[in-house]
Amino acid sequence: MSIPANLKYTASHEWVRTEPDGTVTIGITKHAEELLGDMVFVESPKEGRKLKVKEECAVVESVKAAADIYAPISGEVTESNSELDNTPESINSDPYSAWMFKMKPDNPDDVAALMDASAYQAFIDGEGH
Amino acid sequence: MALKQTPLNAAHRAMGAKMVDFGGWDMPVNYGSQIDEHHQVRNDCGMFDVSHMRVVDVKGEGVRHFLSYLLANNVNKLTHSGKALYSCMLLENGGVIDDLIVYFMQEDWFRIVVNAGTADNDIAWMQQQAAEYAPKVTIVDCPEMAIIAVQGPNARAKVWGAMPGSKVSTEQLAPFTAAAVGAMFIARTGYTGEDGFEVILPASAAPMFWAALAENGVKPIGLGARDTLRLEAGMNLYGQDMNETTNPLEAGLAWTVDLKSERDFIGKTALLANPASYKLVGLVLQDRGVLRGHQTVHTDHGDGEITSGSFSPTLEKSIALARVPKAVQIGEQVKVSIRDKMLAANVVKYPFVRNGKGLI
Repeated sequence: MSIPANLKYTASHEWVRTEPDGTVTIGITKHAEELLGDMVFVESPKEGRKLKVKEECAVVESVKAAADIYAPISGEVTESNSELDNTPESINSDPYSAWMFKMKPDNPDDVAALMDASAYQAFIDGEGH
Repeated sequence: MALKQTPLNAAHRAMGAKMVDFGGWDMPVNYGSQIDEHHQVRNDCGMFDVSHMRVVDVKGEGVRHFLSYLLANNVNKLTHSGKALYSCMLLENGGVIDDLIVYFMQEDWFRIVVNAGTADNDIAWMQQQAAEYAPKVTIVDCPEMAIIAVQGPNARAKVWGAMPGSKVSTEQLAPFTAAAVGAMFIARTGYTGEDGFEVILPASAAPMFWAALAENGVKPIGLGARDTLRLEAGMNLYGQDMNETTNPLEAGLAWTVDLKSERDFIGKTALLANPASYKLVGLVLQDRGVLRGHQTVHTDHGDGEITSGSFSPTLEKSIALARVPKAVQIGEQVKVSIRDKMLAANVVKYPFVRNGKGLI
């Protein structure tokens, strides 16, 4: 399973991409997608909501189970991907394109502190044991 | 502890199954997409390895009389060889030890298929009861038998394609009857709400039969789709919809409990003394979200609880079975607590889907 090198990752299996304008885009990793299976429901946080790091802020549900999504950093939600309301299965087809929401970080350095691709790979390898 | 394996374990892995620990068994949850597998069964047919379930043969003089006392449904309804009956096995207090299918083979031999997780406990209970009430009856555990279910509108034709010799003896089988074909036992039963067969066969023969079905275009289906198929079909799942603390009359199982005949059976006295105050109903979620087991159902007549809930691939809505106060009527609207929200659901009569068609 290839983990994109240009993204950052959390221990709760969110991916985080820093955009040129300084906002960050957030979704769930292929690893999380494979654990959950067919997605049937996504609830993303509302625009303008202020989040603290590790706060529960969204939910994805597959046929099998519900999973909470946590804010990878502190900041404000600037956009929510409402297209996922009707096409939750797009997370299955390409989890790294099917983003869930965007945030403006309180502190841009917080993103740098997240895991990079090789650290995340080591983390999920370790989780299996 | 190492996970138990069915004789088809290698076949599942070769077909790309995602394997999970299912009550101590290494079983396929899907082979890709659970939703695709679900539709495959509704629209064509698919095959399930359910060899983790246990075949128990009950043999000897007086076996019918023994089973008429052991089981809540009445085995005297089984009048000809091959006829099947769905029943619960109850504790003295009326709680459900397991649900099962019993087949009448011959007057001194009935075959029972029980759930995997409860099998050892079931057998111990049967042996204990036999020792007390029917010393000439023996309980024969058959863990070496495999079970393959082939389900869907085209299931029977595909079985005949894979095993042409089976057609003559199974073509005339009515639903809920079975026939022996060589070492195989083929029953027109299932757990999906579709037509099809459940085939009990020796473990050594299972890989070849599975491969023959695959060569005839039958797709493998994981336990994930098995659960959404049975939920749409409104069929109870032991451990979720009922257990040893459940009154079967409050779990949608009254139709399987024969209280009319004179016959005594284990649990009868308790059931007669404890009339049902809850009942099992279907729910269809109106708002966006997914109903799940253990969510609280708020009704005008008091609270209830979801026992099984998921997303219905056929209806493309979330559905559930829920135990609610008896006064709740079909057509009422209820609220379900999902995380921090109260979502609207309609009370419906189940099954939700039968023979490929939505009934809601």
